[in-house]
Amino acid sequence: MSNTKFSKEHEWITLDGEVGTIGITKHATEMLGDIVFAELPEKGSNVEKDGTAGVVESTKAASDVYTPVSGEIVEINQSIVDDPSKINADPEGGAWFFKLKLKDKSELDTLMNKEEYDKFAKESSS
Amino acid sequence: MNIKKTALYELHKKHNAKFVEFAGYSMPIQYSEGIVKEHNITRNKSGIFDVSHMGQLFIKYSNDITDKLQEILPTDLKNLKINQSKYSFLMKENGGIYDDLIITRMKDQYMIILNAACKQNDLQIIKNKLNDQNLDINNNLSLVAIQGPESKTILENVVSNVSKLKFMNGENFSFKNNEIFITRSGYTGEDGFEISLPNKVAISFVEELISKGSTLIGLGARDTLRLEAGLCLYGHDINENTSPVEANLKWAISKNRINDNFIGSHQIKKQIEEGVSKLRVGIKPETRVIARESTKIFDEKDNEIGKVTSGTFGPSVNASIAMGYISNSHSKTDTKVYLEVRGKKVPANVCDLPFYKKSYVKGEANV
Repeated sequence: MSNTKFSKEHEWITLDGEVGTIGITKHATEMLGDIVFAELPEKGSNVEKDGTAGVVESTKAASDVYTPVSGEIVEINQSIVDDPSKINADPEGGAWFFKLKLKDKSELDTLMNKEEYDKFAKESSS
Repeated sequence: MNIKKTALYELHKKHNAKFVEFAGYSMPIQYSEGIVKEHNITRNKSGIFDVSHMGQLFIKYSNDITDKLQEILPTDLKNLKINQSKYSFLMKENGGIYDDLIITRMKDQYMIILNAACKQNDLQIIKNKLNDQNLDINNNLSLVAIQGPESKTILENVVSNVSKLKFMNGENFSFKNNEIFITRSGYTGEDGFEISLPNKVAISFVEELISKGSTLIGLGARDTLRLEAGLCLYGHDINENTSPVEANLKWAISKNRINDNFIGSHQIKKQIEEGVSKLRVGIKPETRVIARESTKIFDEKDNEIGKVTSGTFGPSVNASIAMGYISNSHSKTDTKVYLEVRGKKVPANVCDLPFYKKSYVKGEANV
């Protein structure tokens, strides 16, 4: 997935036309540990780049989920709310968090590509 | 201050532990399996816990020592049988708790197991009470717990005859020609044992338990296990400003000591006779939202009536669970309350403790 971009807050986004799918990275789930609770934004709500757009809780602590770009939430993944352990199992695939209609595609330019993110994740965890 | 390590540190490292600082010690929070799996391993099979950071204090037995200890502990020590253990508290003048502990009457001494974060303060209090400045925590010993339904069989394979021990009883055994002391006890809600043994054999002992089928478990799962079992964590669910009565731990005060004199006994007696204004209860949120420590509790009319002291997700009950202090008028089981989490009021219900209950041992031990 070469068109996947990553944020410093450990979210990923893939773009399909005007709609971006957003989730948290495998690296994020490894840092969090077992996720036992997820809260997602409401469908139809508007979120701002770098603003909170959900919460995940592990057995250890709660962490905010940020949106890497601005836009309107068009779909949420209820299956991760019902079974948050899916986030640990498949964070960069089936356990996406929400889809949003991008307000400004140029915001994607501020994000990292896979290679840059892997390097960033490695450095920030060492 | 240098961060301390237990004798099992290198073994934890070898098993890919993630470490956290806890009470001045570098302790494993989890291993590669993760907290939920480690929790389930303990509930379904057997888990090993390094609790060597806890203080092991040995005091030579005498009638005079018994009398003096009874002035600071609300436990009937005079009727404590040799090899018997009791859960007790180091009491404060106001009826609060300096520490919760396990005291065991050994043949010619008492063994007291103290919480890591409290042990130096406890030691000073006990030294002063006994007027013995030479008293010290034994740092040459490790403390290992093995917990879970298969633990009895696994430990029996390493130390013969341990399975004859009854709940809250201990005895001397040997391992590789070293004397070790084992009690049938623990803090997970499972059948299990706690083993006090010399540091020099700690790693080889734990390695044997692993080879017989047990697994190292970190402090993360220890916390979810003890919370499901409704057990208090000192510094969170109990402290210097909560009495054993308020903490709903009145059962741990020996009946024949209620009218006796010990530090804080006046306050305890008063609370038992007149009732308390706040009480520790179990709380179950109606959703999966986790109510962490310090979460405010409200009644249906939006009055603040208490605070959560521990909260997590309980893997065995598959639900969010919490404990906290609530005004006594709202402490009845099934009372509807609201927890304020991230600005929202989450409905919850007061519930009985423990959240998770299983019979400790069938046959050979009575709980």
